[in-house]
This record gives sequence, C-alpha cells and structure tokens, in this order.
Amino acid sequence: MTAVEEAPISAAGNPIGFGSMKRKEDQRFVRGQGNYVDDVNLPGMLHGAILRSPHAHAKILSIDTSRAEAHPGVVAVITGKTLEGIPRPALLGDNFAWMPTLSYDTQAVLATDKVRFQGQEVAFVIATDRYTAKDALELIDVDYEPLGAVMDAKKAMDPSAPVIRDDKGQTDNSITDVLGNKYWESGNAIGTQEAIDKAKADPNCVVVTQEIMYPRVHPAPMETCGSVAYLDPVSGQLTLWTTSQAPHAHRTVYALVAGLPEHKIRIISPDVGGGFGNKVGVYPGYVLSVVGSIVTGKPVKWMEDRSENLMSTSFARDYHMNGTIAATKEGKILAVDVDVLADHGAFNGVAQPTKFPAGFFHIFTGSYDYPNAHCKVTPVYTNKAPGGVAYACSFRITEAAYFIERLVDCLAAELGMDPAELRLKNLIKPEQFPYETPTGWVYDSGQYEKTMRLAMEMVGYDELRKEQAEKRARGEYMGIGISFFTEGVGAGPRKDMDILGLGMADGIELRVHPTGKAQLRLSVQTQGQGHETTYAQIVAHELGIPPEDIEVIHGDTDNTPFGLGTYGSRSTPVSGAAAAVVSRKVRDKARLIAAAALECSPDDLEWSLGKWSVKGDPDRAKTIQEIALLSHGSLELPEGVEGHLDATAVYNPPNLTYPYGCYICVVDVDPGTGQVKIRRFVAVDDCGTRINPMIVEGQVHGGLADGVGMALMELIAFDEDGNCLGGSFMDYLLPTAVECPDWELGETVTPSPHHPIGAKGVGESATVGSPAAVVNAVIDAISPFGVRHADMPLTPANVWRAIQGNPVRVDMAVE
Amino acid sequence: MDVTINVNGTDYIRDIEPRMLLVHFIREELGLRGTHWGCDTSNCGTCVVWVDDEPVKSCTMLAVMADGHRVKTVEGLEGPDGLDPIQQGFIECHGLQCGFCTPGMMMTGRWLIDKNPDISEEEIREGISGQICRCTGYKNIVEAIRWAAEHPKGSEVTA
Repeated sequence: MTAVEEAPISAAGNPIGFGSMKRKEDQRFVRGQGNYVDDVNLPGMLHGAILRSPHAHAKILSIDTSRAEAHPGVVAVITGKTLEGIPRPALLGDNFAWMPTLSYDTQAVLATDKVRFQGQEVAFVIATDRYTAKDALELIDVDYEPLGAVMDAKKAMDPSAPVIRDDKGQTDNSITDVLGNKYWESGNAIGTQEAIDKAKADPNCVVVTQEIMYPRVHPAPMETCGSVAYLDPVSGQLTLWTTSQAPHAHRTVYALVAGLPEHKIRIISPDVGGGFGNKVGVYPGYVLSVVGSIVTGKPVKWMEDRSENLMSTSFARDYHMNGTIAATKEGKILAVDVDVLADHGAFNGVAQPTKFPAGFFHIFTGSYDYPNAHCKVTPVYTNKAPGGVAYACSFRITEAAYFIERLVDCLAAELGMDPAELRLKNLIKPEQFPYETPTGWVYDSGQYEKTMRLAMEMVGYDELRKEQAEKRARGEYMGIGISFFTEGVGAGPRKDMDILGLGMADGIELRVHPTGKAQLRLSVQTQGQGHETTYAQIVAHELGIPPEDIEVIHGDTDNTPFGLGTYGSRSTPVSGAAAAVVSRKVRDKARLIAAAALECSPDDLEWSLGKWSVKGDPDRAKTIQEIALLSHGSLELPEGVEGHLDATAVYNPPNLTYPYGCYICVVDVDPGTGQVKIRRFVAVDDCGTRINPMIVEGQVHGGLADGVGMALMELIAFDEDGNCLGGSFMDYLLPTAVECPDWELGETVTPSPHHPIGAKGVGESATVGSPAAVVNAVIDAISPFGVRHADMPLTPANVWRAIQGNPVRVDMAVE
Repeated sequence: MDVTINVNGTDYIRDIEPRMLLVHFIREELGLRGTHWGCDTSNCGTCVVWVDDEPVKSCTMLAVMADGHRVKTVEGLEGPDGLDPIQQGFIECHGLQCGFCTPGMMMTGRWLIDKNPDISEEEIREGISGQICRCTGYKNIVEAIRWAAEHPKGSEVTA
C-alpha cells in the first residue's frame, strides 16, 4: 500500500479507490431534502416541551401542574413525581426519575428533590402542537427555596461550600469514579518531581510554572438535539428517531435506562445537523419523549431550543491546569508535571474509557521526547450543566494539546528562545517510532520535523520574524503562534477501553448483490463527515467496485451491525478499518469462487483491482461483478464455501492511531483596543492515508474555525448566583466568515502501520491543534508588554486587560 | 387568520395563528423541510428564504406579514433544466458537510451574485456574515458562491 497511488476512474468519473470525489449525500442536501429529526412527522404525533429551572441550586418545595393540565391542547404534564411512580426493572435504580450517565454517575431525568443547575429539567408538557406545549410551561407553578450555588470549581471543596449531591449521601463536592478513585493520575510522579527539583537546583536549567485554563465552551451544532419517540402499545416496540452520534450505544443505554427489552428498541438517527460531541450522550429530553409516548400511547416529538441546547447539554472543557515544565538552558525538555482541577458540573456526564479515567488527557506530554511526566486530575461537582462529553475531542485531548503547546511557549519565553527552535530541538524523531510516552501511550508513526519544516516554509517563518522585529520597532504588534499537536484517536483496543462496559469495537456488513452492486452497513453515524462517500471509496479501493455502485447504510440499528458510533475521530480508525477488513474477506471468498469457475487452484490466481486472474494468463480472469453473479448462481462451489458474496466483520483496534500536525497562525493586534485580526493560518496535517482529500481538507477547515472561535470568542461563563451568561447566540459568539481567514493547508502522509489502509482519522485534528496556535500568536504579539500568558477567549477586552497587566478570571462574571 | 402566501410559485391559502413564525409556516403548514430552524435569536441564518426577492431570516417574520407576498425557499431553486448554479457550486466546491446551514447559505449566496456577478471574496464573506456554519470554516462556502458567480449557466459536470 502506498498513500499516494492514483486510483483508476470509473465510468461515472469517480476514483475507484482513494482521491477527491464529490459527495454522494450532497444531492439531497442542496435540494433541501435532508431528513433531520425535526423533519420527522408521524400521524397523531404530539409535541413536548421542558420546563427548566431558573435557579442553579434550589430545593423544590412543590410543583403545581393543575393550570397547565387544564390548558386546551395539553395532553399530559409529567413531573419527577410521575417518573418516580413508573417502576423500572432494577438494573439502574428502580424508577424513571434518575438515569445513569456515561460515567456510572446518576443524573436526574426530572428533578425531584432539588435543582442543581440553571436550565435543569423540572417538568415535561405534552400537547397537540409546539406552541401550545410552550404556552403551558408558563402555567406550571414551582415553589423553590434557593440554596447557595457553587459556581467556582476552586471553591467547590471549601468546607463551607453547599453540598450538591446530597442525593448520593455525599458530604462534599468531590467526585468518586466507578473504581473508587477521587482523582486520576498517570505518568511517573516521583521521577517527575525529582527531575523538577533537580532542575530547580541546577543553574544550567530553568523551571517554568503556569496556570492555564481551558474555559467552558459548547459545541453548538447548527441542529439542536431532539427526538421523536413512538412506543407501539400493542407490540411493545419502541422506535426512536433521535439526534445521535452513537445509535447502537444509545439503544443499549435505553434498554438499561427504560428497562425495555433491547430487541424491541430501534434507534434511527437520520441526517444529523452537526454533532461535535454534543450528540453522544443521552439527555433527559430524549428519555422524556419515550416516557411521553408510554404515557400517551402516541408518538411524541421533542426538539430543544437553542438556549436549551447551550444551557443544558454537554458542555466541554472547564479545566484548570497548573503546569510545570523543566528544561536545560539549551532548551532540552526534562520533565512536565500538571495538576488539573476539572469542573464536571452537577452530574458527572463525561465519557471516558473506564480504564483511563483521566481520559486521553494522558497525551499531555505532546509531541516531544523527554523521560518524565506526570498528571493528576481532580474532578469536582459544581452547579453547572453536566460537562465533559463534547466538542472534538471529548476525551480531553483538546485540553492536553492546548496545555502542552501553551506551556512550551511559556518555556520559550523564559529561555528567550524562538518557539520554533525550541520545538525542533525536542520533537520525537522518526526513528523513535513506535514511541512510548512517559504516560504509557505508544505513538504509531510520525515524521514530525518534516511536517513542521513544511509549515514554516509555507508561512515564510523567517521573513515573518524579520517583519515582526521591524514592526515592533515602530510600535506595531504582530504575532506568530505555533502549535505542534499529536492526538490519540480511534478508541479503542477492547483490553483497555470501554464505555459503560461496552467495548469500543465496531461491526460492519458488506453485501455484494448478484449484479455486482453492493451495500455496506455501518455502525458509525455521520454528522456531516461524508461517510456515504468515503466508505464507498474504501470498498472501491479494496474490491474495484466503483463507488457509485456501493450504497452505504447507516443510522438505523435495525439495519446495521452493532458498534459504538462516531466521536473522538474514531470512525475512520475503527469502522474504516472494518470496511477494509470486510472487503478483504469478500475478496478472499471471491478468490475461491473464481478458482472454481476458472477450474484452477486459488493459489494460481492473483488480484488486480476488480478481478482475480490466472498468474501468467491475464485473459483468464473473473471480475468481482462476474464472481458476484457466480456466487449467487448454479456454479458448484468448493466444499466449505457458502453461496452469495457477503461478509461481516468486527474491528477491534490493536492500538490508537496518532494523527498530528503543525499549525502556524499570524495575527495583528491593536494594543489600543485589544482587537485581534488573524492575518494568516497555515495548517499542515498528517493523518496518514487520505481516503478523500477534499473531505479531509473540509474537515480541517471546520476544525480551524472551531479553534479560532474558542481562542477568541466562545465562552460559557456564569455569575456567582449561577446564571449562565452564554445562553444564546447573542452572548455565545461563534465565528462567522469575516473572522475566519483563508485557510492555507499542507500535508505530509505518514500511514499508520497498524491500520489496514494506513488512515489515522482527522475529524478533530484542527479543533485540537488550532487554539494554541491562535493564543500563542496573540501572546507573542503582546509579549513586549510583559505578557506571558492570558486565558481564552482572547476577546478585545481580555487582550486589553492583559496588556494593562490586569488579567481577570475569564470563566466568572466580571463586574 | 386567513393568509394567501405565494411560495415557490404556488399560492397557499391557510388559516393560521397570528403569532406563527414564517419559518414554522413553511415547515409545518407546507411541509417544506429544507428551511431549517437553528436559534431563538435570529443569529444563525439557517432559516433564510427570499420574500419578494430579498433574503429574510424567516424566524424574524410572522407568517401573516408575508400575506400577499412571494416567498422562495431552497425547494424553489432547482429548475426544469436541473440544479441552480448555486446548488452545483456547493457540490463542486464541497461547500457543505452536515447540510443544515446549506439551504440558508445558498439562498443568500444566490442573491449576492444576482446583485453583483463580479462579487469579491471579501464581499461574499461580509454578505454571509449573518449566518453560521459549524462544519466548513466558510472557505469552501465562499468558493462555492464564487463558482456559481463564474458559472451563471451552471455546468454539466454535476448531474
């Protein structure tokens, strides 16, 4: 396999294999014929709306629903009391009022005892139409007794802090995971501390400590979350159309949550209008639509508003990271230590592979070669929405990559060394792969210096530094920021990883029909990644069937095999590998059938794209299409060979894949206003083999915009009473076309050695890598003012305060 | 309240609540699902349609305000000869991923190039800055609109 081979072109003009190809799914989308959850309308369907808490922390004294129930058009009003009265087989609690999170914590479906964050679900109205359901919310009378709110994670463990999870008998706000741990460590604590102490005492070394915050942000896909549930009262069959990145995992979770038999649950995730991790978890609203259908016997639709989406669903980040880096004065990194305070909100809803509770934060060691590293992550409850499962990449790689790339720049500033030179001195060398990091991850492959030099060449690094010096001399402030990131994606090897006990493997099924056209059934779920196109290309590459002859079927648990879904950039590394493996199974079977037809030994045959032919006699051949017909026909098949040309596979990845890249951002900063203008952004990614380069580049573009948004604009902050200050697009600012530069992309290709086609995944690379590049550029620009660090988002106000030497906490309301 | 609204060339007569938003009229009353709804505050632009040949965020307008007016939605872009160049441009330039913002982006894009066939990249960026896309980072949307400007009759490349 080589990464750059040219695929032959099909009659329809598509590559029979890898290469840029227009997307199949676009045909419906440009016609307005996408089919999203809110487009699903069933006969007799009712509409649900959720009453949410105005308080961050308050005792519920009473709920009176009588006025709402009397409102014309209202069919039912459900409260936590109603849910407590619905028995459930006791797998996970004995009633519907509580449900499990992805971390074995519990979360209220509807609050019964008290509310624990602003926007929490309190009651559910079901009515004949959407407007009436919303009207009735205002007729529900809830009597609250406000309690003190815990909004600052740093104060969550104060003895005087109100206890949030008294429902669990807790006496403080610590979080204990399923294994009984109150904090999570990885790496070498003793060796790291010794190395740092030694460096402190050594005049030839430096030690830099910096507190770095990754504040709370929200994925904010353009389509909000929602569902349509119908539980057939006669058959007991539940069909749930839902915005899900992981339909099969959701099916199992509903079986556990609702106590419904799993064979009677069908999850349909139709077109999904963006996910970014926002649609991994199971939300109370989904469960309420199911309960609503059980109660009414009718289909019930629930679609959240934007403010509900921003205030109540899967936030990300909220990591306070206190880092220390030790190095020689020549710039050789010796050790990194980081102590993290993780704000998980009121319910621990983070999705972490059980055996790695600190998640992929273990990759905080970055792309550099040094022997000692250690992290300790301490999670706490606060009166915020449940956090953790969101925004490429939920497994905490984004925080880790931002942390190390910011810290390395702080070290460069301390050393007075060019940050590019410092990175080049420490990058892991190609011959060191597979490279085991101090936290135990084994990076699969990389040519880091090559990638970094390409990025520097593309941006014209040396010239930019000259320009910067000239500008500084005349009082103009431009900055150049570098980020070199490595991700670990494609979770994951089943010996190491599971979520709620489910191993992170993915199944796949390939059916080649008698006429040689094929269907591929996936467990993963696109939210815009273009699976219908790229997966057809993988099969085309392996079997020679043109991609236009391959239909990719996904998003319906009754019609696809089990698997854990699309998040953490895992589709291509796991399910993409499965697609190659299942195609190869079909190819092997086709060989036996071809041998029978050609009356030769299978050993006499050789494969070239799309056909088996006799070695040395290429005219004696059978194409895959001919073999498909033979497999369904009257040809006598060899013993042990079943008819038809179908196969299934389950791919259990042997390791993660490790895509990486080097990003360089150039900014101009107005010191008078703090306004940041991104002048250029160069991104060189190495994600191994590129199946469809057009789609890869599109994914990178989107992630870069995400990163710019988080670095400069996006923030979910709270005031001390617990009011969410980012609850609409008026306050939660997302980048538009005018804030985004014309991205400049480059590539190197270093295939993953253990992936069947060498692909590593790319969906989150740019989101992971870009925030540090932007922030490093801004800090570089204002470093003449003595600024070494400022937290995101670098809004004009925050940049201006940093220049004035007066930075403030970004995550709390500023007076 | 009775209204007559012309949508994509057809007159629709409906008895609707005065408070009904135009976006809900289009989606729920007419079943035209290509116009999307993405925020409560008229910031996202997934609901852009044309009212009397001008782009409008259909969540900012009551349906009764469109009484007697002409509305064009994404479903009205394709003609008897096939896709509109703006639709082709989005396919050619990979101007969409999840597809949710796409109809609104195309409606604005088509209007921008009708007004100014020589539109610059900067003018396109400014022109779509009232709309949000979370997938594409905008570069390919800008290129898609440019493509449509440069191919006023479309092309036969895309079926």
